[in-house]
Amino acid sequence: MASLDDLKKRISSVKSTQKITKAMKMVAAAKLRRAQESAEKGRPYSEKMNNIILNLSNGLSDTENAPKLLSGTGEDKVHLCVVMTSDRGLCGGFNTNIIKKAKIFFQKILDEGKTLKIITVGSKGYDQLKRVYGDNIIEKISFKDSKNVNYFDADKVGKIVIEKFEKKEFDVCTIFYNQFKNVITQIPQEQQIIPLNTSEKAENSSEDNYEFEPEEDEILSNLLPKNISTQIFKAMLENSASEQGSRMSAMDNATRNAGEMVDKLTIEYNRSRQAAITKELIEIISGAESL
Amino acid sequence: MSEEYSLEIVNPEKSFLSKDDVTEVVVPAFEGEIGILKDHISIISFLKPGIIKIFSKSGEDSYYVNDGIIEFKNNNLSILTSLILDLKDIDKEKILEIKKLAEEELSKSEISDQEKYLLDQKIEVLKSIN
Repeated sequence: MASLDDLKKRISSVKSTQKITKAMKMVAAAKLRRAQESAEKGRPYSEKMNNIILNLSNGLSDTENAPKLLSGTGEDKVHLCVVMTSDRGLCGGFNTNIIKKAKIFFQKILDEGKTLKIITVGSKGYDQLKRVYGDNIIEKISFKDSKNVNYFDADKVGKIVIEKFEKKEFDVCTIFYNQFKNVITQIPQEQQIIPLNTSEKAENSSEDNYEFEPEEDEILSNLLPKNISTQIFKAMLENSASEQGSRMSAMDNATRNAGEMVDKLTIEYNRSRQAAITKELIEIISGAESL
Repeated sequence: MSEEYSLEIVNPEKSFLSKDDVTEVVVPAFEGEIGILKDHISIISFLKPGIIKIFSKSGEDSYYVNDGIIEFKNNNLSILTSLILDLKDIDKEKILEIKKLAEEELSKSEISDQEKYLLDQKIEVLKSIN
């Protein structure tokens, strides 16, 4: 059995760990509120954008000459996957869930004999993927320095994706991120952004005839790159809310576990203290008897 | 008959402005300024850098926008833009910063004519603000 001193040390070390996890939980909770707010505030923009594009593409008469970003290259050989994860750890299964989802997708693509290219956003994703898919990763991006999620970061990623598309480096682009449902549940998502999925009908799409200025295809070719950035921005917002939520529940669990551990160790400590006292008493009594 | 319609300006971060008593909005569309009054035909257009002027019962407001898309439908005008600044409490430094970035961009050789046009426009507008 561990000595009393050892037990004492362990109890105090667990207690200080508990303090840290508790503080992290508080910080995550505060950040979560902010992240959730900005995720909600950011929704109208991406929804409106989506709606306009759907309206436009539905009204597009000449589908043959539609912009490549909308209709795709007509091929399905090279897949680009943008895996969005966090830059910091200690957030439960947050990163692992995204990676798991992404890996299933990667395997499917490789099994079909297609080429796979990966861009990782966030350093944790890179760390987890580099061992198996190191050769496939063509770019890694990290926004460790920016405090909040902002549109210009998303725009940077969007520009990289579009540049690669224009150089014909890939045919299909899919992004992976966690959708924030609530603090306990985050759903890993895969979303294809190039070519755009326009099968869904636009909301309140009447057969309205819009006036376009300039021409439809010109607007579309201007709008689509923006939409890519917007979708990525949306994913980043959802991701940051999910990250904080996930960290909050992970740290909550850790705090509770630490509490249980302290209780157990305290009982053990008291027991062995009592045992030591009893032992000493027995020694004294038997010493006195033998006299 | 009322001459008012509703306007919503959103940027990626949030819903920037929402008004339902505007009488006229002048936007810097790509092919020239458009003034939109009530019962305008449904229109989709995109913006070049410039000034949005909003006329409402409560007065006139001006905003600088970097880019954007507008959609007008059923007397609802939506403006989506990545950067919008209120001209009333504008930050001179910020304007200078954007201008400097634009000038740097312009000095690069590999930009297309369209980009050049937009950047020229942007610098022109920013100059006029200062």
